[in-house]
Amino acid sequence: MSRLKYFVPVIVFLGLAVVLWRGLYLDPKELPSMLIDKPMPEFALTTVDDESVSNADLPDQIFLLNIWGSYCLPCLIEHPTLMRLSEEGEIPVVGVNYRDRKDLAQDWLVDNGNPFSFSILDESGRFGIDLGVYGAPETYLVDANGVIRFRHVSVLDETVWQEEFVPAIAELRAGSGQ
Amino acid sequence: MITLSLGSPREFSMRSRLLLFVLLALLGIPSSADAQVDTFQFDTEEQQQRFRHLSDILRCPMCQNTNLTGSTGGVAEDLRREIHRMIMEGLSDADIEQFMFDRYGDFIFYRPRLTAETLLLWFGPLIFLFIGGIVAYGIVRRATPMSDAGVPLDKSQQERLEKLLENKR
Repeated sequence: MSRLKYFVPVIVFLGLAVVLWRGLYLDPKELPSMLIDKPMPEFALTTVDDESVSNADLPDQIFLLNIWGSYCLPCLIEHPTLMRLSEEGEIPVVGVNYRDRKDLAQDWLVDNGNPFSFSILDESGRFGIDLGVYGAPETYLVDANGVIRFRHVSVLDETVWQEEFVPAIAELRAGSGQ
Repeated sequence: MITLSLGSPREFSMRSRLLLFVLLALLGIPSSADAQVDTFQFDTEEQQQRFRHLSDILRCPMCQNTNLTGSTGGVAEDLRREIHRMIMEGLSDADIEQFMFDRYGDFIFYRPRLTAETLLLWFGPLIFLFIGGIVAYGIVRRATPMSDAGVPLDKSQQERLEKLLENKR
């Protein structure tokens, strides 16, 4: 026992080293969202196509809320994935056109294709603040009751879809029988 | 200090001004040029002071190592506008901080709030200092008797000591 205490500093060191080593591989850009398990913030805005939208217009099933902008290059990288998900009917995708200009947003959708059921126009970024957005692209997973369940920051490609969203959705479905 | 062959007094003053500028830049002392804030209108000086203070203590969520005052990021611009709006609407600093916390969490504060989650962050260093103190105390305490008198000499040692002292005289 008395011998053992000489190893205490080594054990403490190893413990600390493991914690800090893991810390090296955390992405400091991925902040935890404060809105997990909270309802979507209330909104009454217009879409990119000038139609008024509010919470009542959101899909009443599990859907993705994707924050995008025509200026956003990573959005182009994830765009094919969003197109596939939407075209194959895997999950509805609602857009939030964040800090953009309406005409540029419309052009972008024409040029690249429109995967969104509709895109909420948030030129001022005010709605983004309520969501805790800090830059496009970000993607939220919202359940059938309009409660935010998961957020992914930056590009949502096929790998991220398979590894993060598919399990999260499966868990939601298992939990609620949807 | 840097010594150079100096030209005219005028050149000297240019040089020292340049040197001062470089030193300040190296020290990172913010000059008013860093601030992105001066486009808002306030009714009172106090409101403006509060705005300054809040933009200084809140961190930009996008460009993570600047506060809202210094950040050119889009979201920082929006958050400054929100702070301005809330100040003008008469909300307190605590209300505004809560607004930010509800959306961006502890990250938004350079000085995290004292909660169960941040307890270790706040007191971890003190805990380590305490542990270090105990260890140091233990080492010192154990070391003391070794160097101190009070260990009795046996008979032969006593005789040898007296002999040595005798010789000295």
